[in-house]
Amino acid sequence: MTDSAQQDLPPLPTLGTVTRRVPPGGARRMWQEGEVVGVRDETPRARSFQLWLPEGYPHVPGQHYVVRVTADDGSQAERSYSVASAPDPEPGPGTHIELTVERLDDGAVSPFIHDNVRVGDRLEVRGPFGGWFVWRGDTPALLVGGGSGVVPLMAMLRYWRRQGRRVPLALVVSTRTPEDLYFKDEYGPESTILYTRTAPAGTSRPPGRIDAEALAPLVSQPVPAEAVAYVCGSPGFAEAASQLLVAVGVERTTVRVERFGPSG
Amino acid sequence: MSPTSLRRLFGTGERDPRLPPGQYDVGSTWPVLTAEVSPRLRAEDWTLRIDGLVDKGRTWTWDQIHKVSSSTYSGDIHCVTTWSKLGTSFTGVSVDDLFAEVGVRPEATHVIAWSVTGYTTNLPIEHVIDGKAWIVWEHEGKPLPPEHGGPVRMLVPHLYFWKSAKWIGGIRLLDHDEPGFWEQRGYHMLGDPWLEQRYEGD
Repeated sequence: MTDSAQQDLPPLPTLGTVTRRVPPGGARRMWQEGEVVGVRDETPRARSFQLWLPEGYPHVPGQHYVVRVTADDGSQAERSYSVASAPDPEPGPGTHIELTVERLDDGAVSPFIHDNVRVGDRLEVRGPFGGWFVWRGDTPALLVGGGSGVVPLMAMLRYWRRQGRRVPLALVVSTRTPEDLYFKDEYGPESTILYTRTAPAGTSRPPGRIDAEALAPLVSQPVPAEAVAYVCGSPGFAEAASQLLVAVGVERTTVRVERFGPSG
Repeated sequence: MSPTSLRRLFGTGERDPRLPPGQYDVGSTWPVLTAEVSPRLRAEDWTLRIDGLVDKGRTWTWDQIHKVSSSTYSGDIHCVTTWSKLGTSFTGVSVDDLFAEVGVRPEATHVIAWSVTGYTTNLPIEHVIDGKAWIVWEHEGKPLPPEHGGPVRMLVPHLYFWKSAKWIGGIRLLDHDEPGFWEQRGYHMLGDPWLEQRYEGD
């Protein structure tokens, strides 16, 4: 009875097939202590922390870790930070990750991390997480990031380069000013930088928000069926950029969006 | 590490008892987290379908669902990304009243709530009946904004908020559990914030 009743129903809608694979360490990700092996300033407000996780396994580009900090009264707070590095080529156990943290002055956790975490410290982390905003390097990809939203896209770009640029990939980064641009030495011919407030001398596009004119040349027509677009940034940026992609001909269901909350 | 900047998270150091473990209070803000492109959906084009293990499946339009007796939830919501919004309110209809109209078959054990975008999320049936779940179109007395799932979303406030499907298109009743969008991608099958059921295996 149940079967015949269910067979008459229309299929449920879907956002596509699942590419997630259970990591070699098992599905359950436990808290672990990472050792801070490097710290680098990306901009006056963003800092990258390189960690060695003795019990970790390589992430997939686009994934994030949860970081937990504990105050001396025992109170704790957790926040998610995207991995900026390409996955460690070593299979693990034991893996390297780089987390890039934007300092939000009215936040609680990011100022704490910026002010207190130094090389040699230990940081409690759990991950990697994320099974949607991930790219395994095997499909054409259009990456669109605003501000700190470029962090998970940088993991994809770095991985793409290490794999030998096997598939078409383009990156668009929107930044307020040249000073606010993350990873400024790492952009090549595949990348388009859009400045919203102040552009460096000699930039032909006047400063302004992301628009269809900036995106349309990067979207080939027809779009390859297997291509995926990744949009990451503030809610306002992600909403605008994802709607623009649809407007210039990208299928809605091929756009994956990660909206960075104001959590600090 | 000095704890000074972390202290600010908890103000005086007193933790609000309404906050589940690992959560913090976002105050009057309301973060937007969505995995897909927001649909442009007009209220007059929106419908809700309830089908599956029911006596008679039914579709409601915007006008029709407004004839069901209205129901308001006042309380807290909790997102798996660790924010909670305390003392908020939503108005719409109780899922109980919709289920009463379609007649839930005794073999129904779970539901899948689905969005017009293709987003899905699974729930045991006991978590959407007896006053635990709503279909809502107002937030704090105003129309639900599109980025928060407007015109109409599901509301299951006692579970992490990914269970409260935005842009709700329907609820299907099943005799088994079937993982939804996030549940297939490493998140917990139930998502009880008081048990910190964030990820698979928690």
